[in-house]
Order: sequence, then structure tokens, then C-alpha cells
Amino acid sequence: MTSYDIVIVGGGPAGLAAAVAARDAGVESILIIERDKELGGILNQCIHNGFGLHTFKEELTGPEYAYRFEEQVLQRKIEYKLDTMVMDISHDKVVTAMNRTDGMFQIRAGAVILAMGCRERPRGALNIPGYRPAGIYSAGTAQRLVNIEGYMPGKEVVILGSGDIGLIMARRMTLEGAKVKVVAELMPFSGGLKRNIVQCLDDYGIPLKLSHTVVDIEGKERVKAVTIAEVGPDMKPIAGTEVRYTCDTLLLSTGLIPENELSRGCGVEMNPVTSGPFVNERLETSIPGVFACGNVLHVHDLVDFVSEEAARAGANAARYVQEGEGAGEAGEEVRLVATDGARYTVPSTIHVNRMDDLLTVRFRVGAVFKDSYVSVYLDDERVQHMKKRIMAPGEMEQVILQKKQLAARPGLKTVTIKIEAQ
Amino acid sequence: MYDVIIIGAGVTGAAAARELSRYKLSVCVLEKEEDVCCGTSKANSAIVHAGFDAETGTLKARFNVRGSEMMEELARDLDIPYKRNGAMVVCIDESGKDGLRELYERGVANGVKDLRILDRQECLAMEPNLSENVVAALYAPTSAIICPFMLNIALAENANVNGVDFFFNTKVEALTPFTCEKCGEPVWKIRTNNGEYRARYVINAAGVYADVLHNMVSEKKIRITPRRGDYCLLDKTAGGHVSHTIFAQPTKMGKGVLVTPTVHGNLLVGPTAVDVEDREGCNTTAEGIDTLIARAGDQVRDLPMRQVITSFAGLRAHEEGGEFIIGEAEDAPHFIDCAGIESPGLSSCPAIGEYIGAMMKEKLGLEEKEDWVGTRKGILDPSALSLEERNELIKKNPAYGRIICRCESVTEGEIIDAIRRPLGARSLDGVKRRTRAGMGRCQAGFCSPRTMEIINRELGLPYEEITKHGRASRLVIGRTKGVEE
Amino acid sequence: MEKRNLTCIGCPMGCQITVEMDGEKIVSVTGNTCPIGDKYARQEVTKPERTVTSTVVVRGGSGPRVSVKTKGNIPKSMIFQCMEEIDRVRVEAPVRIGDVIVKNVCGTGVDVVATRNID
Repeated sequence: MTSYDIVIVGGGPAGLAAAVAARDAGVESILIIERDKELGGILNQCIHNGFGLHTFKEELTGPEYAYRFEEQVLQRKIEYKLDTMVMDISHDKVVTAMNRTDGMFQIRAGAVILAMGCRERPRGALNIPGYRPAGIYSAGTAQRLVNIEGYMPGKEVVILGSGDIGLIMARRMTLEGAKVKVVAELMPFSGGLKRNIVQCLDDYGIPLKLSHTVVDIEGKERVKAVTIAEVGPDMKPIAGTEVRYTCDTLLLSTGLIPENELSRGCGVEMNPVTSGPFVNERLETSIPGVFACGNVLHVHDLVDFVSEEAARAGANAARYVQEGEGAGEAGEEVRLVATDGARYTVPSTIHVNRMDDLLTVRFRVGAVFKDSYVSVYLDDERVQHMKKRIMAPGEMEQVILQKKQLAARPGLKTVTIKIEAQ
Repeated sequence: MYDVIIIGAGVTGAAAARELSRYKLSVCVLEKEEDVCCGTSKANSAIVHAGFDAETGTLKARFNVRGSEMMEELARDLDIPYKRNGAMVVCIDESGKDGLRELYERGVANGVKDLRILDRQECLAMEPNLSENVVAALYAPTSAIICPFMLNIALAENANVNGVDFFFNTKVEALTPFTCEKCGEPVWKIRTNNGEYRARYVINAAGVYADVLHNMVSEKKIRITPRRGDYCLLDKTAGGHVSHTIFAQPTKMGKGVLVTPTVHGNLLVGPTAVDVEDREGCNTTAEGIDTLIARAGDQVRDLPMRQVITSFAGLRAHEEGGEFIIGEAEDAPHFIDCAGIESPGLSSCPAIGEYIGAMMKEKLGLEEKEDWVGTRKGILDPSALSLEERNELIKKNPAYGRIICRCESVTEGEIIDAIRRPLGARSLDGVKRRTRAGMGRCQAGFCSPRTMEIINRELGLPYEEITKHGRASRLVIGRTKGVEE
Repeated sequence: MEKRNLTCIGCPMGCQITVEMDGEKIVSVTGNTCPIGDKYARQEVTKPERTVTSTVVVRGGSGPRVSVKTKGNIPKSMIFQCMEEIDRVRVEAPVRIGDVIVKNVCGTGVDVVATRNID
């Protein structure tokens, strides 16, 4: 069996950044396995700009952002396999993969980095009633058809869900000559970035209807019309508020789900809130030597944070390979708890001994909070209290923990992150 | 002129076609849709019922029990996913025990083997996720689950290989009897949107349209009401929630909602029962889905209804007499009905086919073909192979090394096979029913552009003409930038 | 005095900015939390601009379309005009990232450039 020190599953932004960081930390033997015909992952179809402000201090399009990392991978001569699907990852880190030329093959990995990204929530999961005609696409599938393959899914469009891909596709379809009639959002707020609401909807006069959902899809062959109704606080449609839109296309942008089939198969413990693995301060899952980063870990708002997180995973995987499992006496494990409006944290545990001097903890809030505080408690004592003008579920939040502060408290059990009004 | 024309390529028409393909006889099947398995056959509970449900002495009882007996061997011969998982009719109220006993006795009278009444403890030992309220159950070990698409497709493919012609997108518009000048026998002239066909015998297997055809030629009118049933399909992670097919006890209100594993490892919850007017009205409704969510827990607890990956609705062809109508129409010689084939139609189809075959053999004095092939090899499932075998396969045909549908692990090789084989797939849904590509948890989000690319290449069909399920169900409207390429 | 409310797009913060106008004259900009917001708001009420991203037909390449962008901002009012020009262009593979696809699109002084490689 071939073996590599580090096998990275997925050649999107997370996988590429992890590979670069692992190589820069001195690991020679790295293999990236990518299922598509090119590196870059979903960024290749995200042709809009707005990527990279944090990482490169300039606005790039998705393909340009991907290319910056591809170049780094190519310069470092890191090995990768394209058109290759990972079929299984075993508990003891044997990766089974398949492609047309090598057939099905197994690789023994010293460490594995999970970087498979996420997928879109399909219609079926939403229980939208009606017919099942052609013309219902997830926004990302439509994005691929338009931007990569060059096909128009339809010409009169209704969009359900105001996630970023949905907003981006509203503009994209409009620029390609389609009429986008409305964007309906179940929640009372949009899950998308502000700039996308401004530049993708407002600029083109596309109405955004918050607290609305699709209650019927007509058309036996191709979509003919979609009916939208307002929902009450119970999220149930309010009778009498139905409005029917004739259209030939319904795009769905109703959420992303980390793609963790392989992680589950491997036996990694999963966080039901994020649908991603639980990880510690090294972004290591419950299986030693299996790391996770990017959207497979938790869905990110900006790719810059994916790259940053993935680089940490790559460096930690390198350290694991170089120093072995016992590297850095783990010591006491501190639990991170998200509560009072904070939904989850990544990581979810910290070994204070092994943590970097500064550790970024990312989380999301469960509702819109205005003029509220993000508070950090070490056991019962509040040590951070930062005012935020606005926090919304669509955007990731972060706090930075200091090692010296945590280390100064032997016997520390939990670090709690909560949202407070005062 | 065909000896026999079968109208409808659902399971009944396909089963009849396969039986008739044994004989020296010219047979064709006319189907209004673009593929086999597009009506009732594609959206049902996918169960081979044991046969205790129908009234003793009815055609439903007779064909169900016989069909259930035949199905295992048929599934083996035609390489159809089939599993005899057994069924339980769960009684959740002491007052229901008499009804359970009646059902048992009816089953015994119908000839169902190995029926048994289980007490509460036995029930829970066999199905730990049954409702806390379970008091007893009727256990039918001969009940099975099957892939209804594959049953239909395999029957049709096998008939086709044995010489039966299939004409798709061909809708029957009129049936006119006349007398053959040569033989003096009654003959049918069949007008369709695709020209005229003639046959000595017509077999009406038109599902929810069977009454329309019947009433074109007979004064003894029948009436079929499409009875819609909504279903929810749950992710494979929920597939092990129960291992048997779990029925509610039949009440005055109908059979109730069942919970069953599917042969591919998903969990199926359904159906509702609502009579509708529209014979193509297979839209799901909010009420239907809400009913399923509310009722599914009656027999089975902790059903993970959040794991629904899709919901769909099917139409049963309910004849008002509540019975199968099988046989030559009284006042229309050479017109043979297979009408009112609602549940247990899927279970009965091999027996109905057998019956039609025997009937035609007698009427026409048929001789069997010497070269009839009664077996069929399904689309190769590479995941059933060892690593070495799989690599051998990929070396011979690299398309088996490329995954197209990641949720169901379907390779390009399987999709190409589905397109190229007899009566091959021409649409996204055609590929899906044959290979399961697009049937998994992402519901074709990932694979549909890739499957379209393969259909485009294999059939030379421009993207704009590739459909989801035939007719005007086109997937894209054209190129961006107004280019024609 | 006219008030215009804007959502800043300078960064993911999305500050809600209020611009007070006296005719064409900007009286005040409030609600922004950094200079980018101030600049954006002043620009947006006087001379709004956007970057346009789209695709262009490629012939003979590994894919049928190459993604492109306007290398800088163009006037918001000219988005559709630029799209018409972008839609008409046909290029031959290979295309390299950064290649100029349309020079000085619609006389804006801004080039349309490729944002990926097509071999």
C-alpha cells in the first residue's frame, strides 16, 4: 500500500491552504485528492468578486482567489490527484479512493485532513409541496450550469432562500437576461451578506420578501408557477397571504450542509449543531491524526476564514506527523460552551498546554442581535465583554482566547461564550 | 398488424409483455410517456404484500398470493433488488385484537403461509422501535420489499430482448373494431399521436387511464378514480429504524400510514389516500405531508422525520368496485382489461402476467419459442465487487472508475449501461430509476449536470432537448450569450 | 434636507449609513465605522460604481466559457451596456488569467480581463 504523511481530502480552498501550510511546516509527503477535474473547488464557479479582502487585501473573484492558492501548491510541487473520489476513510487512516486511471486504490495516511466542503440543502428536505417538474435547481447547481457549462436554466425565476449563493444567482441570472421576480426568505432576516443584498437585489430592483416561503409548485413538465405565502412566528404559512408568480425556474438557496459522509464512515464524532466534526484546539477530530477544516467543519461566511482555518489544520497535521501523537502533553481538557444566543464554537475543546498563545474561536449567533455584547467566561468569571453593533446568523463571529489567561487558572473546566444585552 | 398490442408500460403491461414474449407471437407495447414505469408503478410503497389484506375469493387476493409466491424467483431471474423482510400489522389498542384475529383468518383463507399473531413482547423483541402502545401484531414473514422501478424495467427489458416492440411517447387516441378481411376475426385499429397500429388483441394496462380506454369500446362502463398517496422518503441513516414493513391496522378510514425500509436502505413513510380528479395530479400537498408527519408515529416511535430527503405522490387506479378487472370485455371481443390495478397491483403483476399469458395461449393456440431467454442481467453494481474485481473492471472500462452520483456512489459506467441497454434511459429520471443516480440525499444537485453531459454524449441529444422526464420537461432553455454550439 | 440610507458594502460589517443631502451637496455622513464607509457613501450618492463579473464564450478550450471581470469599477448605470459587449465577445483558447478580453469596455476606460485559465 502506498503511504503519505498527510492525505488531504478535497482540493478546494480549505484543502489547498492546508496543503501549503503543511508543506511550509516541513512535511514533504502530501497528497491532495480532488473529485473534480480541476483544483479550486466551488470557487471556480463563484465568478463574482468580493473574495480575499482579508487574505490579500484586495477584491478577487472566486477563480482568482483559488488560483492564488493553486499557484502556491504548484510552486511547492505538492502532489494532487484530480477526478478522484475518496470512497472511504478507515478509522486507522487508510484512505480508499478511485479514478479512471488508477482504479480503486488505498493509501495509508499518517494524518488525514478532511476538507470536503459542503453541499446545498435540496428541496426534498424542505417538504415544499407541489409537483416535481424540471426547472427546480439548487442555486449552486444553476451557478455551475451558467458559469462553467454556459447553459441557461430558465428565463423567469423565483428564488427561495436568501443565502449568498441565491443572492449572487439573482444578479447573475439577471445579467444573463433572465427576469428574477422575487426572492423569498423563510426567516425574518436574510442569511446572506449585506453587500450581496445591496448589489445583487437592490441594484436590480429584485424584491426580497422576508418571512415568506413557497407553498406550491405548479407544472407537470416544466415549472409553470410558484406560490409564495407569508409565514407567522411559528414558520407556518398564513392563509390568505398567497401570491402566485408565473415562472419557469425555482432556485433554492436554503442552506448548506457540511458534507461529512466520509467523516461519519471514519467514525469521527459529530456536532449536531454544525453537522461537522467536534474538534479540539488543533482542529483535530475525535480520531487522533484526523483533522478538519473549512466548510466540512462548519459553514463559513467568507473564504478568507476558510483559508486561515485550513492553514492551522495543515500546520497542526504537520506537527502531528513530525512529533507523533503524544506531542505536547495534552493535559487538562477545557470544554467550550456556546449558550445564550451563541449556537456553537469551533473548536469545542481546548488543551491549554498545547494551545497557541492566541487562539481564535469562531461561532455563530442564532438570531439578529443589536447593540449586544459577546462575553467570554472562564468558568464563572467574565473575562471578555465586547460590544457589537450588530450580529446576525449569516455572519461568523469570533473571540480570541489568550493562553496565559487560561493557563493562569489551573483546574479550569469550561470556557463559555454567550451573547448578553448588557 | 400485431397479434397483441399492450397499452401501458407499467408493471402490469410489462409483466404481460414478458409472459407473451415466451410465445411465437408478434407483440408490441404502446406507452404515452417517454419511458417505462412512469405512472402508478413508479410511486408506491414498493412492497410485495403477503396477501392477507384482500377479501377472500377476490381477484386481488388470488393474484396477490400467487404474485407473492412468484416474485422471489422472478427477482432472481431478472436481477431485481428484492428482500423478504416480513411485515407486521401493529395493533396499538386492546380493542383492535379481534380485528387482528380476523385479518389472520382472512390471510389463512387466502392461502398466505406462516402467518402468526405476536404478543407485545415478541413484537418489541423483533422491532424495538415500535410504539410503546403496541399490544399485538399480525406477522407475515412472506411479505417482501422490492425496487418497483427495477421490477418494471427488468420485465420490459426482458420482453424487449425476447422480441416485444415498445413504442414510447405514443398515446392511444381511439380504438376502432373491424373485421379482418383475410381471417374474418375481430381486429382493432388503434389511432395514436404517432400513427395507426393494428392488432388482433388489445390488452388494456393503462393504469389510471384504463377506464378511458375501456369505455371507448364497451357499453359496460367502468370508473377509475385516481387516489393520490403522499410519501416521505428518509435518508439511509434512518433506514435501519425498522427492519420489517410496519402497517397500521386497517380501519374504516383505510389502511393507514405504513413505515418500511426500502430495498436500497432508505426508510419510506406513507401513503395518504385522497381521491382526486386529475389523472396526472401527483403533486404533494402540505396537508398530505403534515398528515404523514402526524400519523407516522402511531405505530413506530421516534421516527426521524427531519431526515426526509424527498417527498412524492403516486396515484392508485381505484376502480369503484374496489376489485381488479381482468379479462376480456363482455361486449368488446379481443379487448382484454387489466384495469383497477391498485394495491396490491405491484405484488400481483407477475400473476396477472401469467394469467394473461395462459389466456392468450389458449385463445390463440400459441407455441413457445425455443430460444426464449427468461433471465436478465441488471446493470452491474461495482460496489458489490471485490477490490481486485473492481480494478479489473475499471482497467477494461475506465468509466467504472468515475463516480457521477456521489450520494449513491453511481459510476459513469453504470449510467452509460443504463442508456445503452435495451429500452435504455433517455432522460434524467430514466437514468435515476435505472441507476439511482440522483436519488440520494443531495437529490441530484451534484450529478445532474454530469449526467446531462453523458446523455448529451451518448445519445447525441443537445442539452436543450435533454429532459427530466420526457415531453416538455426540459432542463435548460439554451446557451448563455445566445450562442448555438 | 434629503436623507439617504445606505448599507455599506466595504466589508462584511454592512454598516447602515445615513447621508444627509442638500440638493447635490452632501451635508453629513453618519453610521459608518471606518473611512471606507464614508468614502463609499459619498461615492454611492454621487457616482455609484460597480465591478461587473460575467463569462465570455471561448472556442477550442477545455471549457466553453471563461470567467471575466471589469478590472476596475464602471458606472452602475452602464452595467447592462457592458454586459451587451461582453456577451458579444468570442475568444480562442488558451486564455490566461489577467488576459485583456475587452479593452476599454463601452468607453469606460476599464478593461475586461479573464479571471481564470482556460487551456
